[in-house]
Amino acid sequence: MNKNNLILYIGILIFGLAAPFIFPAFKVQLSILCILIVLATTWNIQGGEMGYNTFGNILFYGLGMYLCASVQVGMFFPLAEWTESGGEKTFVHTPIQFFQGMAMGLVVAAVVPTIVAGLIGYAILGLRGHYFAICTLGLGVAAGEISGGIEIIGAGQGFTTPPFPNVGGLEARGEFFYFLSFIVLVLTFITVKAIYSTRFKLILNAIRDNEDKAEAMGIQTMKYKIIGWMISAFFCGLAGGIMGGLVGYIDSTDVAFDGREMGVFMVLMAILGGKGTLWGPVIGATIFHIFKEGFWTFFLGWQYVALGVLIVVIVIYFPEGLMGWLREKYPHRFGEVVDEADRKAQVEIK
Amino acid sequence: MDFLVFQYPMITVQACLDGILLGVLFALIAYGMALQWGVMNIINIAQGDLVILGGYIAYFMYLYGIHPAWGVIVAPIIMYFVGIAIYKLVINKVVDRDLFISILATFGISILFMQLMNFAFGADVVLANSGYGTTMLFDNNVVLPNSKIFSAFISILFAVCLVIYMKKSRLGRAIRATAQNARAAKILGVDTEKVYAATFGINAALCGVAGALISITFTIHPYMGLPYTIRSFMIVIVAGLGNLPGVAISGMGLGVFEEFADYILGTEFRIGSVFLLLVLILVYRRFKLSRKREYLK
Repeated sequence: MNKNNLILYIGILIFGLAAPFIFPAFKVQLSILCILIVLATTWNIQGGEMGYNTFGNILFYGLGMYLCASVQVGMFFPLAEWTESGGEKTFVHTPIQFFQGMAMGLVVAAVVPTIVAGLIGYAILGLRGHYFAICTLGLGVAAGEISGGIEIIGAGQGFTTPPFPNVGGLEARGEFFYFLSFIVLVLTFITVKAIYSTRFKLILNAIRDNEDKAEAMGIQTMKYKIIGWMISAFFCGLAGGIMGGLVGYIDSTDVAFDGREMGVFMVLMAILGGKGTLWGPVIGATIFHIFKEGFWTFFLGWQYVALGVLIVVIVIYFPEGLMGWLREKYPHRFGEVVDEADRKAQVEIK
Repeated sequence: MDFLVFQYPMITVQACLDGILLGVLFALIAYGMALQWGVMNIINIAQGDLVILGGYIAYFMYLYGIHPAWGVIVAPIIMYFVGIAIYKLVINKVVDRDLFISILATFGISILFMQLMNFAFGADVVLANSGYGTTMLFDNNVVLPNSKIFSAFISILFAVCLVIYMKKSRLGRAIRATAQNARAAKILGVDTEKVYAATFGINAALCGVAGALISITFTIHPYMGLPYTIRSFMIVIVAGLGNLPGVAISGMGLGVFEEFADYILGTEFRIGSVFLLLVLILVYRRFKLSRKREYLK
């Protein structure tokens, strides 16, 4: 079993590394897929393992996006003039400046949302259930509305991120962003897998199943909830920073703090794949992305209608997700021992 | 930023009156939300979109030459059936499930409605002109549109009618019984399924009234729904479930807060300040509750 797993992981890694060369036309889509998987996996830490259903991870995503772009510009040029000039190329980054700025920006985009998550988490992670859900929804929308009113990051007219420098031909941009997002994806997956194999995951699950009891057992639930959220925020910020460079244009409510799209997508992907599993969000995000691109291409204009219907259908009919369904069907594959006679007896009682 | 508010006291009076008239409308929407929350234990994110849909009904009557004030009668009737339809299609499958499932399902409905309205009515900001004129107060220093006074009056009328209906009628008593204990009500012969459908229908009808009034007094736009949901949620948690005077007072308070935020911070931060206020209220509530819990220890 273990050996098979290792072969599987190596296979996926090799496929991931080779993917942009196998499908050269889909580099941007593949990078977006990586970002979506990162978002779904990190959402799963809250929604799946901890039982705190948040709409607020979009806050860190958008924050990371703005911070990365601002640092990348602000390190070399005056930020206010850059946003004022809009798409015009009055300032041009040299390749070295671009990559230095990107690296620095990603560091800031990862660190600041983590700190913000710690501070906000202290204030709102004490809320339970739907109060938490609505509160985080409010946070996401508030962040979008407020950042839409700040002049220095472009206010309503948006913020153009620095264009990719002219090195290594036309294909270089796609490959750069693909490998960047792939590295973040691998990092996220390794981190999440590592923390899921420790006591930390059991504590999160205890919080999900019964928080009062967990507290009574002597677990400092608040501490672990905050740490969980900070881990999420770290990777959400990174994902946001990369996405900002990839899209090339940041708008407060349509790209960065897009609660109506990205904020719901991450919830939906995790639920579609199966909350509270390691592979669920990954599979869910992959299926969702393929499905979404199909819809966005063939039903242009009707995509949000389809999205609304999709949310309702998934939530009502597949709340356990794909992994939950598989688990019910083949329990022994998930390491659950099922007594066949016992199961039959139960079926008869029904 | 401008601090005209502190230099001209009349602006304060204006903002307070505007806010109170606006807050009565919010309180009407919040009453619907409190009703379904209390009875069905569902938080309806699509509440605001139902409001906007009601507004478009009144707007279309205005386009076809009927005075939009009649929308106050027509919109709730149409919205009642829309509410029943939503209940039959979606809500009855999530009633007794996890609360987050209902939040997400109604979020899906909200996105669906938003986009369908965008297709059907276009993405323009519209308003139905009632032609009621304005009232001048305090030596013409305070200007109140008559439509706002009309809308506040109609809201109060509907709220009072509904309260009396809930107290006296058979269905009203059945709804209150279900809210107290659904299982016991079922045992005593209340058809809870019907009660739930009626509750959701009444809630949608209330939203329809509020929407029609909003289309007369303010503007409507397909994407403006979510702030109304958040406002009504906020009013309900501040007032507490089943506290009707509280809903009215906190609705008015929210209206006044918004008007002042509008004057002091600027219009672009108006919606943002509403959402931030929600977060602040929830945080305050959490620290208050945690203190209470420690006290119990």
